[in-house]
Amino acid sequence: MISFGMVGARRAAAAVAAFALFASGTVMAGPQPWQLNMPTGVTSISQRIHGVHMLAFWICVAIGVIVYGAMVYAMFKFRKSRGAVAAKWSHNTMLEAVWTTIPILILIAMAWPATKLLIDMAHVENSEMTIKVTGYQWKWRYEYVDYFGKATPVNFISTLDAESNRVRQTGSGLDPHSVKEGDENVYLLNVDKPLVLPVGVKVRFVITADDVIHSWWVPDLGWKQDAIPGIINDNWTRIDVAGTYRGQCAELCGRDHGFMPIVVKAVPKAEFEQWLATQQAAASASKTAQAAPAAALPATQG
Amino acid sequence: MAAVNPAIHDTHHDGHAGHDDKPHGFLHRWLFTTNHKDIGTLYLVFSLTMFFIGGSFAMLIRAELFQPGLQLLQPETFNELTTMHALIMIFGAIMPAFVGLGNWMIPLQIGAPDMALPRMNNWSFWILPFAFLLLIGEIFMPGGGPQGGWTMYPPLSLEGGFNVAFMIFAIHLMGISSIMGAINIIATILNMRAPGMDLLKMPVFVWSWLITAFLLIAVMPVLAGAVTMLLTDKYFGTSFFHAAGGGDPVMYQHIFWFFGHPEVYIMILPAFGIVSEIIPTFSRKPIFGYQAMVYAIASIAFLSFIVWAHHMFTVGMPLGGELFFMYATMLIAIPTGVKVFNWLSTMWQGSLTFETPMLFAIAFVILFTIGGFSGVMCAIVPADFQYQDTYFVVAHFHYVLVSGAAFGIMAAAYYWLPKWSGNMYSEKWGKIHFWSSAIAVNVLFFPQHFVGLAGMPRRIPDYNVAFADFNMISSIGGFWFGASQLIFVGVIIHCVYFSRQRATAQVWEGARGLEWTVPSPAPFHTFSTPPVITNDMLAHGDVSH
Repeated sequence: MISFGMVGARRAAAAVAAFALFASGTVMAGPQPWQLNMPTGVTSISQRIHGVHMLAFWICVAIGVIVYGAMVYAMFKFRKSRGAVAAKWSHNTMLEAVWTTIPILILIAMAWPATKLLIDMAHVENSEMTIKVTGYQWKWRYEYVDYFGKATPVNFISTLDAESNRVRQTGSGLDPHSVKEGDENVYLLNVDKPLVLPVGVKVRFVITADDVIHSWWVPDLGWKQDAIPGIINDNWTRIDVAGTYRGQCAELCGRDHGFMPIVVKAVPKAEFEQWLATQQAAASASKTAQAAPAAALPATQG
Repeated sequence: MAAVNPAIHDTHHDGHAGHDDKPHGFLHRWLFTTNHKDIGTLYLVFSLTMFFIGGSFAMLIRAELFQPGLQLLQPETFNELTTMHALIMIFGAIMPAFVGLGNWMIPLQIGAPDMALPRMNNWSFWILPFAFLLLIGEIFMPGGGPQGGWTMYPPLSLEGGFNVAFMIFAIHLMGISSIMGAINIIATILNMRAPGMDLLKMPVFVWSWLITAFLLIAVMPVLAGAVTMLLTDKYFGTSFFHAAGGGDPVMYQHIFWFFGHPEVYIMILPAFGIVSEIIPTFSRKPIFGYQAMVYAIASIAFLSFIVWAHHMFTVGMPLGGELFFMYATMLIAIPTGVKVFNWLSTMWQGSLTFETPMLFAIAFVILFTIGGFSGVMCAIVPADFQYQDTYFVVAHFHYVLVSGAAFGIMAAAYYWLPKWSGNMYSEKWGKIHFWSSAIAVNVLFFPQHFVGLAGMPRRIPDYNVAFADFNMISSIGGFWFGASQLIFVGVIIHCVYFSRQRATAQVWEGARGLEWTVPSPAPFHTFSTPPVITNDMLAHGDVSH
C-alpha cells in the first residue's frame, strides 16, 4: 500500500505487456489494471458494439469541445472585472433553429449504425448449437442442449473458484493479489468449471433463472442478457478467437451477487468435440449410476 | 391558531421584522406552522440532515470499495447500504430540498401571500420525518434494512423479512407527502399569482416546479401501485410478479420505471429552473430564449413518459420495442441541448461575476452536460448491452444527480440564503466549498466511467484487482467530497447566526424579480396585499421573447 507509485508503475507495465500479447494473437481475457475503455471483444458483434460506442464517444467529445470551449471563452471574455458591459439581446430565432436541427442530424448519425447492428443481433436463427444458461443464487448452470442438431446430456454447475472464495470472506486478511492463474489475476473472476465453447460456431443461448433475476455478461462477447425466472431470453454469439473470457453476474441478486463469475473457455472445434465426447460419456455414466436406487448425489452439486 | 390580519401586515414598509407575530414557542412555531417560509425551512433542514445520513452510507460504501477484498462489511450489509443510500438520497435529500425551495420561493416569486393550502402544506412536511423513521429504523430491526436495491425488483426484494412491509409503508407515506406537496404547488401557481404575473412572465423556476408537480401527481400513484402489488405478493398470496403463479417479474420493472423515469426528471427540472434564475442574474442579462426554455422543460417532461424501458434494455424486449425506446430516449437530447445552448447564450456578451451561486450554476451546466453525454451513449441500445448495470451507469447518474441536482440545490441555497437570513454568507468560504466540491466530485465519479467500461458491475462489494486503482481514486474523491460538505454546513450556520454583513433587499446587483423587492430577511408575511407589478420588475417582463 505504501509504495503506491511503484505498484502503479508495475501494473502499467503489465497493461502494456497485455496489449503486446493481444497484438501478437494470444488473447488476454479479463480486465486489465488502469483499463480505460470497453474491450473490443472477440466476436464480430462485440467489435461493432465497440464501434457504435466509440462513434458516440467521439461525437460527445466534439460537441463537448465546442460547448465547453465557448463557455470558457465567455467566462474570460465577458467578465465584469474586464469591463464587459451586458448586451440587451435575449433571443435569436435563426440560432435557435440551427441548434435544434443540427442535433437531430447528429442523433440520426448515431442511431443509424446502432439500428443496423441491433437488427443483426436479433437474428438468433441458424445457430449450430444451443446452451441453456440458468442463474441461481449464486451460481450458473450450463446445459449443452444440442450440438449440430444432436441433443447432449451434458450439464453442470459453475461456481466461484475455491481460492477466490477463501480470500473474499470478510476480514480473511488474505491478499486478493495472490489469486492467480498463470500470470493473470483471476480474483472473483474464476470458476471451478468454465463454459467450454467451440470457436467459429454460432451458439444460441437460452437464458433463464430459477430464483431471482440475474444477468449473464461476458464483456468480450459484447452483451449481457437478463436471466429471469419464468422467462426464457435468447441471444447468440460466434467467437472468433480461442481464449478464456471472464465476466460477472450483472443484476443484483442478493448477498453473493458479486461472487458468481462467468468464465467462457473458447477452444478450437476439434478440441471442443473431444471435450464434449468425454463429458457425454461421463454424463451417461452418472445417469446410469443415478438410475440405481441408492445412488449418491453427483459431486458437482454445490 | 391566530389568523393573519392583513391590515397590520403591510410588508411594503421596512422595519416590521421585530413585530411580525411569529408564533411563540418551539412547537407552535414549527410543529403547527402553516407559514410557507417556515415550512420551507423545515424541508431544507430535513433535506440537509438526510443528505448527511445518506452520505454517511456512501462513505461506508466507498470505504469498503477502497481496496479489493472485504475488510469492513458483510456482503448483505453492503447491499443494505447501497439500497438505503439511494432511497434516502432520492426521497429524503433531493426531493424535499426542491419542495423546500419551492415553498420558500414560489409565493415570493409570484407575489402570493402564502401557499394555497397552508394546512396541507404542514401535513405534507410532517409526514416525512415519520416516513424516514420507518425506513431508517429498519436498520435496527432483526434482519436489517432492505437489501434488494432501491428499485425493489421482485423476486429479490420479496426475499426480505419485516423490512419489506416497513419499506413499502415508508414509500407510501413519502408518496402521499409528494402528492400533497404537488397539489399545493399547482394550486398556488395557478390561482395565487399577483395581478400582472402572467403565466409566460413567471420565473423559470416557477415554471419548472409547475411542470414537476404535474409529473409528481402523474407518477407517484404508479409507484404506490407497484409497491402495493409487492406487498400483496409478499403477504397475501397474490402472484402479480411471481412467475410460478402466472405473474411476470418484468411487468414490475415496466411499472416501476414508468414511475422511475419521470422521477429522474422530478429530480432535475427544478434544478434547471434554479440555474435559469442564477445565470441571468450574474450575467446581468435576461435569459436567452425564455419561451424556448419553458417549452424545453415541458418537452422533457412529456418525453419522460415514453422512455421508461431504456432502464431495462437487457430484459429481453422485442426488436421493435428496443428501437422505439432508443429513438425516444435520444430525442431527449434535443430539448436538453436547447437548454444548455440557451444558458451559454445568456452568458454570451453578458457582464459576468463569479459569486458562489454562479460558480455552482456554471459547474452544474458543465457537469450535468457530462452526465447528458453519457446519457446519450446509454441510449444506444447495442452499446447499452455493455454499459447496463455497470459503474459506467453509476458514473452517469451520479453526474446528473450530484453535480446536477445537488449542485443546483447548493447554488439555490447560496443564491437565496441572504434573502432568507438577512445576512450575507462568507464568500470566501462559499468559494472554498465550491472548489473543493467541484474537484472532489470529479475525482469521485469520473474514474467510475473507466471501471464500468472495463467490466465492473454495479452493486458489488468486492472486485478483481484490475479495478483496484480507479476504485481507490474514487474512494479518495468520495471522502474528500463528503468532508467538503461540512464546509457547507459551516457556511450556513455562520451566515444565519454569526454573519454581521447585512443583505440588502436586492442582494445581487443583477437580480430581477419579485423576491428581490421584499426586504432581507423576507418578513414572516409578504404580499399580504398583492403587489403592483410593472414589467421592468420582472426577469421576464418583456413578452417579446
